[in-house]
Amino acid sequence: MALLTFDTAHKPRQAYTSMAVLLAVMLVFPFVAAQFGNSWVRILDMALLYIMLALGLNIVVGFAGLLDLGYIAFFAVGAYLTGLFASPQFAALLESVVNYHPELQDAIVRTFGEDVRTNGIHLSVWAIVPLAALVAALFGALLGAPTLKLRGDYLAIVTLGFGEIIRIFMNNLNDPINFTNGPQGINLIDPIRIFGVSLAGEAGSRATVYIGGFGMPSVNAYYFLFLLLCMVSIFVTSRLQHSRLGRAWVAIREDEIAAKAMGINTRNVKLLAFSMGASFGGVAGAMFAAFQGFVSPESFALTESIAVLAMVVLGGIGHIPGVVMGGVLLAALPEVLRHVVEPAQQALFGKVVIEAEVLRQLLYGLAMVLIMLNRPAGLWPSPRKEDRPAAALAKDEKEESKA
Amino acid sequence: MSEIILNIVGVNKRFGGLQALTDVGVKIAKGQIYGLIGPNGAGKTTFFNVITGLYQPDTGTFELDGKPYSPSAPHAVAKAGIARTFQNIRLFGEMSALENVMVGRHVRTRQGVFGAIFRHKAARQEEAAIRARAQELLDFVGIGQYAERTARFLSYGDQRRLEIARALATEPKLLALDEPAAGMNATEKVALRELLVKIQRAGITILLIEHDVKLMMGLCDRISVLEYGKLIAEGLPAEIQKNQAVIDAYLGGAH
Repeated sequence: MALLTFDTAHKPRQAYTSMAVLLAVMLVFPFVAAQFGNSWVRILDMALLYIMLALGLNIVVGFAGLLDLGYIAFFAVGAYLTGLFASPQFAALLESVVNYHPELQDAIVRTFGEDVRTNGIHLSVWAIVPLAALVAALFGALLGAPTLKLRGDYLAIVTLGFGEIIRIFMNNLNDPINFTNGPQGINLIDPIRIFGVSLAGEAGSRATVYIGGFGMPSVNAYYFLFLLLCMVSIFVTSRLQHSRLGRAWVAIREDEIAAKAMGINTRNVKLLAFSMGASFGGVAGAMFAAFQGFVSPESFALTESIAVLAMVVLGGIGHIPGVVMGGVLLAALPEVLRHVVEPAQQALFGKVVIEAEVLRQLLYGLAMVLIMLNRPAGLWPSPRKEDRPAAALAKDEKEESKA
Repeated sequence: MSEIILNIVGVNKRFGGLQALTDVGVKIAKGQIYGLIGPNGAGKTTFFNVITGLYQPDTGTFELDGKPYSPSAPHAVAKAGIARTFQNIRLFGEMSALENVMVGRHVRTRQGVFGAIFRHKAARQEEAAIRARAQELLDFVGIGQYAERTARFLSYGDQRRLEIARALATEPKLLALDEPAAGMNATEKVALRELLVKIQRAGITILLIEHDVKLMMGLCDRISVLEYGKLIAEGLPAEIQKNQAVIDAYLGGAH
């Protein structure tokens, strides 16, 4: 990665230039991609959400070294929270409550007004995002607490179980009180509305968002929102990494007993890692729900947890630019493949020989094996320039001072 | 005797059927280098782990600098003012030497999530102070030039020094070293000895476990000897050297 460097500590000028160039590309990208169809931008939107997830998981797995196989649960928590508080679902919940606890229903209706009974609750994005972060963080600490004494494989198994538990809850919490609408999922979730502008476009605008006189497709509007959130995530996680807290996480990853002996309260610091990581998942989940307008338990299967973990590990565990790259590659490439492979085969052979889905699985597995064999630290691991011999270092510095 | 920094009385520790420590205690005066010796398996490291909170004792009273402390958790002991190193070096291998020492400052600093994200003035100042102090300590133990090197790439002797610097970063009243000279050659031992004297001069009391009796005799102000989990002797190095029970324990006397 000689072209782009994000090492602000050692090469600030190059790093900020790289960031500016990248940002410019990212800003122009959706307009170029939209020329080829909105589905391309949609792929990018999803990739950005996955990057947020990967960044959150990176706190837990990359920094603190706690192998979490149930991370998608927090994505689910954020998504379902949005489903419950930004759709007509709450009306269905009230309806199911009425037979069991009429007094509860009365209390809720009195607090929120008669409208709740028919329309449900529709919180604004300004309430949903912090709420999703907070509730997911709470779940992170809650699920983290019983695992504090576990490490490695054992921790992985338990978190895997928690992830599944959450999904199964989502699947079954439609009775006796209808929280999640069960396997059918929650529909008609409000699109995000910022300063009165709906990112799904107003009715009759054919999914075009107008800001002032300027119109763009809905997917582009979401793209910019998710891009902003990703940038915030990158900013927050990198600030955390280079702080007292980030050092404590890495210390726990490297040697928990020594960390304890150095006065780190490992219980609190680990719980903080779990809940900080989870809060990113929660926000990403809220965005996902609003973007899709629909959530169902299927979106939160174990394979999703593994996909996010693969992004972190393949990209470069603990290294933020690497994790972002892993997220882009693993989220976008399969979709790109789907769009490219079949038309290409049609053109070449006149028929589809291998289906994209099959090829995707094959390449995914192959990539996984090859990368782990050849680059066990990930495609873009954190640079450790101190490891190189002193002579190479001195040369490096000379070049820098010249530049 | 001058002021007592560490006063431990009546420690018992049993692992299942094995009585690892029987009624062990130490009384260490401020500013001393205090040695704890004994043959392999005598219970030295167990005793160490008990006073630093890694093992829970069955009985015992613990007092540091006149105040009782409870060795219930290692991080609480570090906060109370006892810092330790490990027999088999336990550094944070992937972190730089400087970062290792910076971790040691954790217990004396307080910035949390908010400070980390917003880096307001107090957070920036604290971070700068942590960094400056860590570099100072690296210089103090004599490896200041390797600050940016990854810890696991340091030489063995330097790793030992780094561990001591990291322990010093917690501002201990008592520095507990578990076999710091293990695996060192003669030159490294001389250098280590100089370092320990330097730490003592800086006003920090040292509790030392060591196998190398020669090193201990010249260095320690007082020595305790453990055998089979019991204290068999306590006194000045010269007294210990002549003590028949100690000689028997080491050379295998009339058993």
